[in-house]
Amino acid sequence: MAYIELKNICKRFGDVQANDSMNLFINKGEIHALLGENGSGKSTLVNMLSGIYSPDSGQIFVNGEEVVFASPEEAIKRGIGMVHQHFKLAEVLTAKENIITGVKGSPFINHKKLTEQIYNIGKKYGLIINPDKKVYNMSVSEKQTVEILKVLYRGADVLILDEPTAVLTPQEIKNFFEILRNMKNEGCAIIIITHKLNEVMEISDKVTVLRKGKTINTVITKESNFQELTEMMVGRPISLAIERTQIPETDKKPLLEIKNLTVAGTDKLNALDKVSFALTTGEILGVAGIAGSGQKELCESIAGLCHAISGNILFKGEDIVGLNPRTIIRKGISMSFIPEDRLGMGLVGAMDIVDNMLLKSYQNKKGIFIDRKEGKDIAESIIEKFDINTPSVYHQVKKLSGGNIQKVLLGREINLQPQLLITAYPVRGLDIGASYNIYDALNEEKQKGVGILFIGEDLDVLLELSDRIMVLSHGKVMGIMNAADTNKEEIGMLMLGQDIAKGVAVC
Amino acid sequence: MENTTVQMVALFLQTSVQMGTPILFATLGAILGEKVGHLNLGVEGMMLMGAVIGFQVGFSSGDPALTLLAAGSAGALGALIYAFVTVTLRANQIVTGLALTIFGTGFSSFVGQKLAAETLSDSLVKSFAPMEIPILKDIPILGKMFFSQSLYVWLAFILAFVVYFFIKCTRYGLNLRVVGENPAAADASGVHVDLYKYISILLGGAMCGIGGAYTSVVFIGRWQEEITAGVGWIAVALVIFATWHPLKAIFGAYFFGMLRTIGFKIQNLSIPFFGNSFIIPTQLLDMIPYLMTIIVLVIITLRKKRENQPPGWLGNPYFREDR
Amino acid sequence: MLRVTKKPETSSGRRFLISILAVVAALLATSVIIFILGYNPLDIYWKMLEGATATPYRLKETINKAIPLVILSLGVGIAFRMKFWNIGAEGQYYMGAFAASFLALNYFNWPAYILLPAMFIAALVAGGIWCCIPAVLKARFGTNETLVTLMMNYIAISWITYLQHGPWKDPGQFGFPKIANFEKNAILPNLFGVHIGWVIALVLVVLVYILLRYTKLGYEISVLGESVTTARYAGINVTKVMLLAVFLSGGLCGATGMIQASAIESSLSYQMSGGLGFTAIITAWLARLNPFTIIIVSFLFSILLQGGTYLQGALQIPASIAGILQGSILFCILGSEFFTQYKVSWYKAKPKNKTENKAESQGGEA
Repeated sequence: MAYIELKNICKRFGDVQANDSMNLFINKGEIHALLGENGSGKSTLVNMLSGIYSPDSGQIFVNGEEVVFASPEEAIKRGIGMVHQHFKLAEVLTAKENIITGVKGSPFINHKKLTEQIYNIGKKYGLIINPDKKVYNMSVSEKQTVEILKVLYRGADVLILDEPTAVLTPQEIKNFFEILRNMKNEGCAIIIITHKLNEVMEISDKVTVLRKGKTINTVITKESNFQELTEMMVGRPISLAIERTQIPETDKKPLLEIKNLTVAGTDKLNALDKVSFALTTGEILGVAGIAGSGQKELCESIAGLCHAISGNILFKGEDIVGLNPRTIIRKGISMSFIPEDRLGMGLVGAMDIVDNMLLKSYQNKKGIFIDRKEGKDIAESIIEKFDINTPSVYHQVKKLSGGNIQKVLLGREINLQPQLLITAYPVRGLDIGASYNIYDALNEEKQKGVGILFIGEDLDVLLELSDRIMVLSHGKVMGIMNAADTNKEEIGMLMLGQDIAKGVAVC
Repeated sequence: MENTTVQMVALFLQTSVQMGTPILFATLGAILGEKVGHLNLGVEGMMLMGAVIGFQVGFSSGDPALTLLAAGSAGALGALIYAFVTVTLRANQIVTGLALTIFGTGFSSFVGQKLAAETLSDSLVKSFAPMEIPILKDIPILGKMFFSQSLYVWLAFILAFVVYFFIKCTRYGLNLRVVGENPAAADASGVHVDLYKYISILLGGAMCGIGGAYTSVVFIGRWQEEITAGVGWIAVALVIFATWHPLKAIFGAYFFGMLRTIGFKIQNLSIPFFGNSFIIPTQLLDMIPYLMTIIVLVIITLRKKRENQPPGWLGNPYFREDR
Repeated sequence: MLRVTKKPETSSGRRFLISILAVVAALLATSVIIFILGYNPLDIYWKMLEGATATPYRLKETINKAIPLVILSLGVGIAFRMKFWNIGAEGQYYMGAFAASFLALNYFNWPAYILLPAMFIAALVAGGIWCCIPAVLKARFGTNETLVTLMMNYIAISWITYLQHGPWKDPGQFGFPKIANFEKNAILPNLFGVHIGWVIALVLVVLVYILLRYTKLGYEISVLGESVTTARYAGINVTKVMLLAVFLSGGLCGATGMIQASAIESSLSYQMSGGLGFTAIITAWLARLNPFTIIIVSFLFSILLQGGTYLQGALQIPASIAGILQGSILFCILGSEFFTQYKVSWYKAKPKNKTENKAESQGGEA
């Protein structure tokens, strides 16, 4: 009998059956990976084990005893703790304060003893933190350390980690895995959620594969392989190769040239520091970098949303720095930035598809009234072209599925027939099939001669899709390489700010 | 001559502290609510409920402890309605708070209609009369200001320290702050978010109710319609002015109390200035708390000091399964 | 154990039913209070309805109370749609009344057809500017507009109080602090027995509806209300749209001040609003910011207000009973929205059988 057993768990959110009779068995001293695409129900399942959601039906057993968790507190009492993908920390408080929040004990806090306890736990697993540092001053990996300490401080021996590596650099991931192995050796059970196959292979003992709300199978990692896991995850054999279309060099014309672009950041460091590069027509320039390395500022400064301190942005030879977003849109520059909440920039969730189609074009019409006829025509055409699944053109955008939302956004941008398409994380949260649709659409635009700046997360995709790859680190360009001539390791080093030639950090 | 000026100043400051006391009670109450993320615009309503019930019970029983308890319970009852609608039913906080003010105003004038001509028993009045603390009361100015005051005044003053200590130094206070900053974090850490909200909002309501009763039972001693005269709104302002800090609220409350005293005591305030004297009509003084609050709000927004900002989740409902 | 989950959508019919149930619940709750206080609740309700509608005079009084509520709610609604939480309607109303009174008291020799429109426009501008101050602070410094608009109310009221006790005090009142009455040509005329404000209100409802639904500005306001970053991304001039919308919002509230000062008070007084600016926030919210629904909600609210006044005047029952009733109805309706968004079901401690069939217990399923 396994230490933790989840049997026939079902959970519905409105129209979506997130979990459909799922089963999961976890043993102590094992690292168990949950592998599945976005929307396969991974997070929902573990949220039920950690008491955030309550299942519609099904049973949970801990050490052979059936339990019902009405709140996270009850799960913690059973030694189950979770580190969420989006950290749940109070930013204005210190690490220490966050760690002991909700812990029972004497009304007054013994700060000295607490610091010591945190230090001891940290030492055991290799988690180093300054307990008196305010969370808002912390880096992402420090915040993650606080989250893990928080769980361990409560004496958890079952640790659930939801997409823990998404925000870490390759080197930080290496450290992090070391910590996980320490925990495993101490007898903890670890559930790690991810959609990155290589990490599954590297760290896990067992893998449970999920697809569309169902548990497909649980296998021992060593006895499986990439291909088998992928097929289970996607549900059919697929080839992972993206076709890179080649455009003859002679057809390429200069489109965008950026010279010494510098943008101020929130603290003393510049968000972008003397960034220079060029992009031609019919080219996909991939941009790699750790989250927050200046990608957002780069997109926004080209789109006119963010003001440069110095430098030039030459679009077909004309400097567009300081122009307002409206003028830039009219010039044929189109940006679709997909932030974490997807609807934050680019679409208006509460509006229907028709009104969203008008977002960039309504100002081109004369008069004070808005013309919804035009929006309806565009909506119908992109629904057909991109095979968007929606009950009607008057359906609220936020009620569509993630993939359809992204298709609406990209569809509108492409419909504007831009000359320069800036797209950031366009496949974030999409399943593999939908992602390939988007890659195909981008390649199609490239063949039409559109210049594409592609901000990506997945290095494999960047390598296959882009013609060239630019690496950003701390707002600086670390290098621009031909995608065919480079590899993940090289890009990973550059992402960290390591200069390959010198082998030392430059910032 | 010299002596009468000192006496006048002493009396003025004594009254200022008295005027500041209901503001302080209400502000502490509002801080407790906002610390768990609930902006309650029903402070005035809760004060009026406390004022009228306090007066009614004081009038019929003559028992000081019972009066205090009744006033606190009435304020807490108002807060309970607010908490149920905003915490459990997750309704809009602003609108619900305004509704509470309407309700409390109606409730107080309805209950109070029979009390208009009544006076409180001598024993009750005596129990809340200024207590003169030997020796200390003779310190010039400060003696009258602090050491010749009603028990209520002391209670408010001490309460500010208690609230501060509770929020800042105890485990419960820490949990409470996390609830207001990021309820999802509190929830994931095993804090009963709704329970903390309820307790905090209810305690806050009780403080508002007691503040109201101070006005009706101690300060004025008679019942009149809308007796709190906007103190509840000043309290909402003072929470910001004090940047959600109970100890700063003491100074703010006495300062705002001073401004009200000026308007209460004299018609026009003349300020000597290079041989001329400026006359400031006292009605204009009523603006000052609000004007200053706006200025403080602009300053704290500009300085961006994280510790001075409103609680992170202020005004938003929390639902665990929100995705 | 009770369990709460979000539900996908509620039909408008169901929403309506829930609202009706909420009102019934409120009436029941208030009945208990009224009963405890020694009156017969049914009697009181009937008298209030009678007092608000039974004779042409009473109906006129009810409409008189509905007019300012409608326009104030429209004003508040414009800002709310942009998620600009303007709770300063009260102050904007007073500043509008102030500007209108300034003209009425100083230029009373102008003919009515010039003076009245001038007063209306002055009030609109004054209310608009008053509302733009917090908007500018928000745009420039990022201050929280909820708190600033709230504070601005009391600054405006202090200002009117000052005028009434000081510079604008009518010397003909023998020291009593009152501002002089307007001349006849500064008073709005009647149409079908009720002052012309009702026509203004209806016209404004239609105009605001068109503005929000069919114009570019209305579209921009909606975009801004959903996401400022998206608005900037779409090339919308965020500050300009915000100021414009907020100006209209405050302007309508200011115009209400003019209508009340002219048609109802024939003067200016620091007590003339009686908290209407706050009530309007509630009516706008209950009407879900829909201009046409605002008419209905405002009218129903006026029945409560007028019914309360009638109780006091005719039966010596305190009008404040209406305040209690208003408060309870508000709590119930605000609370009832919960049942349009969430589903409550029983949750068994042993989760062996499906729990779906227990959903009807409260609120039910979509």
